[in-house]
Amino acid sequence: MQLYEHTAAELSRMLQSREVSSVEVVRSFLERIDQVDSYLKAFITQTPVTALDTAGEIDSGRMRGENLHPLAGVPVAIKDNISTMDLRTTCASRILENYIPPFDATAAAAVKRAGMPILGKTNLDEFAMGSSTENSAFFPTRNPWDPQRVPGGSSGGSAVAVAAGMAPLALGSDTGGSIRQPASLCGVTGLRPTYGRVSRYGLVAFASSLDQIGTVSLNAFDCALLLNLVAGHDPLDSTSLPGAVPDYTAGLEPGTKGLRVGVISYSSTEGFDPEVTETVQKAAALLEEHGAEVGEVSLSLTDYGLSAYYLIAPSEASSNLGRYDGIRYGYSAAGDNIETMFSRTRGEGFGPEVKRRVMIGTYALSAGYYDAYYLKAMQVRTLIRREYEKAFKKFDLLLGAASPTPAFKIGEKIGDPLQMYLSDVCNITDSLAGVPSLAVPGGFHSSGLPLGLQLTARPLQEQLLLKTARFFEAYRGQVSLRPGLEFIEKGGGSSAV
Amino acid sequence: MQYEVVIGLEIHVELMTASKLFCGCSTTFGGEPNSNCCPVCLGLPGSLPVFNRRAVELAVTAALALNSEVQLRSRFDRKNYFYPDLPKAYQISQYDQPLGRGGYLEVELTGGKRRVNLERVHLEEEAGKLVHAGDSIIGAGHSMADYNRAGIPLLEIVTAPELHSGQEARTFLEDLRSLLLYSGASDCKMEEGSLRCDANISLRPEGSSKLGTRAEVKNMNSFRSVELALDYEVRRQEQVLSEGGTVVQETCHWDEAKKQTITLRGKEGSSDYRYFPEPDLLPLVLEKTFVENLAHQLPELPATRRERLQEQYGLEKEEALLLTSNRELGDFFEAAAKQYPGYRHLANWIQGDLLYQLRESGKRLNEIEPGLLVDLLLRLDEGRINRPVAKELLAEMVQSGIDPKEAIKERGLEQITGRDNLLPVIEEVIANNPEAVDNYRQGKKKALAFLVGRVMAATEGRADPAELNRLLQEKI
Repeated sequence: MQLYEHTAAELSRMLQSREVSSVEVVRSFLERIDQVDSYLKAFITQTPVTALDTAGEIDSGRMRGENLHPLAGVPVAIKDNISTMDLRTTCASRILENYIPPFDATAAAAVKRAGMPILGKTNLDEFAMGSSTENSAFFPTRNPWDPQRVPGGSSGGSAVAVAAGMAPLALGSDTGGSIRQPASLCGVTGLRPTYGRVSRYGLVAFASSLDQIGTVSLNAFDCALLLNLVAGHDPLDSTSLPGAVPDYTAGLEPGTKGLRVGVISYSSTEGFDPEVTETVQKAAALLEEHGAEVGEVSLSLTDYGLSAYYLIAPSEASSNLGRYDGIRYGYSAAGDNIETMFSRTRGEGFGPEVKRRVMIGTYALSAGYYDAYYLKAMQVRTLIRREYEKAFKKFDLLLGAASPTPAFKIGEKIGDPLQMYLSDVCNITDSLAGVPSLAVPGGFHSSGLPLGLQLTARPLQEQLLLKTARFFEAYRGQVSLRPGLEFIEKGGGSSAV
Repeated sequence: MQYEVVIGLEIHVELMTASKLFCGCSTTFGGEPNSNCCPVCLGLPGSLPVFNRRAVELAVTAALALNSEVQLRSRFDRKNYFYPDLPKAYQISQYDQPLGRGGYLEVELTGGKRRVNLERVHLEEEAGKLVHAGDSIIGAGHSMADYNRAGIPLLEIVTAPELHSGQEARTFLEDLRSLLLYSGASDCKMEEGSLRCDANISLRPEGSSKLGTRAEVKNMNSFRSVELALDYEVRRQEQVLSEGGTVVQETCHWDEAKKQTITLRGKEGSSDYRYFPEPDLLPLVLEKTFVENLAHQLPELPATRRERLQEQYGLEKEEALLLTSNRELGDFFEAAAKQYPGYRHLANWIQGDLLYQLRESGKRLNEIEPGLLVDLLLRLDEGRINRPVAKELLAEMVQSGIDPKEAIKERGLEQITGRDNLLPVIEEVIANNPEAVDNYRQGKKKALAFLVGRVMAATEGRADPAELNRLLQEKI
């Protein structure tokens, strides 16, 4: 077994017992990246030198007997919309192609403080707007289970890095499913924590009231390890939640007795792959078999949720992305006057999906339309919150699919934004409600592609999500969750997209 | 046709905090361009705003001083527009839930005291500053952006359209300034831009209740230019209307050199700023006790103090007005008045010689000890020094900080009085100036002044003038 095939928890144990050095671990991941990433394209920027430097420092620290964080020396990949000091942070956009932040995001600083070597910055849909990572201005990322297919998005790079053994852990961001949907499509575990649980400081804003940094990992325990590190109040983020952070790795023994689980019944399952629905039902049956009280919960506002989301998120985005005007940083086009400079910079710097959302948002916030669109969408959001509160009076946990379909083909939906938007339909209402939500591998489609389950709990109940995910891990059996990647060994497989 | 002028003002004042509204950067004026900046006030990707509590305190204090109704719950909104001085392409401001609703200021205007109502008082962040190549925004080849100012807390005060001339606008602003200075919310330095004023001005036929089309006047950099610009705009609009034309809604710029307003941009309706609630900040919720404490700490405000000074010290209205024009001056007067009962005499010395010497020397009032002026005036009243010596000592007191009491003693400046002391000098002068004595005896009154001058010269100006006069006449 290669070092890159281990979970973060195993690596942590091996490092602490000095079976391996961090330099060895990092080398193994770097070799794996060399081997597969020119094909999968998970990374926008690789940082082998700094990763090895950090690993070397941690190793000497350990030799000196320093008291180190459990994750010290365990490498990590970071989504390229999370600011890293002196390391370019592009958001997969031409407009920030050469932007180097002078400060660390609070989450990135936490990772550095713990001594985790950073392997690089992962690909995403431009400014996290998309569900397939095809909207990256640089290149699409491929799904390691089938290179013809998308990895999901927007945190596609982070999901692929973990799924393909290029990183044991990764940070991502989830606005309307951007961690959970790609985790589901790549067969890994992805957590969107409660809104405000992880500081947003340094996360390049897409839709501020929805953006949340989260984790991508091989399993729930690894997720807990990384969550321990990044969760907590941050005085630099007014919307971050106060209160102590529990040890998320504690109390994760699978236990489902008496757990009240609401299986989400959608008002319409049009566009849902029947095998997805089947997987959810099997999971519900498994829970019931092990003592859970399983019932049905209908979230009738799901359909409106998608519409509300696609008004609120673009509205905030239209404002958040105004700052890319070519004056202070980033791409700048020349112009005879300020208006031409602004419009050329933005016209040339932004890709089509970003432009589409900026226009939708600008329209929705305009005088005369605000009440009909933005305000109405916010009212729907309030109703959705209430619907969740109601559901959580009856149930401790909601169970559903993390994506309506397994991974779709590259190019399949890129020309049809509405179809693309629908691929987040399972994820979006959780985001609007601000509740924690986790995608955990639930099985495989007959095509061999992974399928994910989505677990949702009350605010700050991440532990319950992790505990239940552990239950599914325990009953998964001996199925390999690693993609074979034979196509790469066979010399690159089919032609590049 | 007779027109009525209708003016509403929109005033922005920078609050006197040490750091900016949403980050820890310094608010010091005049640093190297872009030296007081950080990721937050530069709006770098991923940065987030965090409230400065002190700014909220000062804003509430100012709102209370302006009789505005402080809202325990207010909200911040984003005002979206593109401009190079605006780092995030939106200004964090308040829209439909401002910090203060309503409010008023009692102002002495033509025709007596009048209440000028306020629409609202709200808190927002300052933008950066553009420095245009050349001397005007119009036709500049390029501009440079300085973000030192970006993010300084700003209070916006909007008046109802209740002012009716340039003069009224100016008086209102002067009173507003003095009020804000008193409350300690702002230093209100128009020359440094910490107090700025835009005006909406329109004309309507006298007796009409419908507002006419307005022009917005910007770039008025002093109280004087507010008055001049608005008077100019009244004449311009009057001319347009009297020639049968219509006033176009526009934004214009006051050109200080040309003394005229210049159209900056036409406006079609109002700009669409696409306001929406700022998702990066929680609503501003104030404890009732927080507001009450600030209300208790509010100092006596100028209008109240003016009336009290007149009543308590028997001052004339004009004297009280001058002494309350800023807080320090009134404090100085009252500190001195505790030790000196000649209130009006004291007031006269303060507003005359003291202010003159302060202006001349560039010294600040807080460098002067009120007790020293009292010492000086007491010695003058007791006749121990004469008036010219007192004036001279006051000048030195302000310029070089001497203690007049000590100076009088050390330099022997005490007035020479009494027959025994003065007569020998007088007799000597008479002896040495027979010609002048003759002239006086022949009826030339002017000769007496000459002789007085001689005696003064011989006593280094210390002779008691009244007694000297009497003795001299007696002798010749």
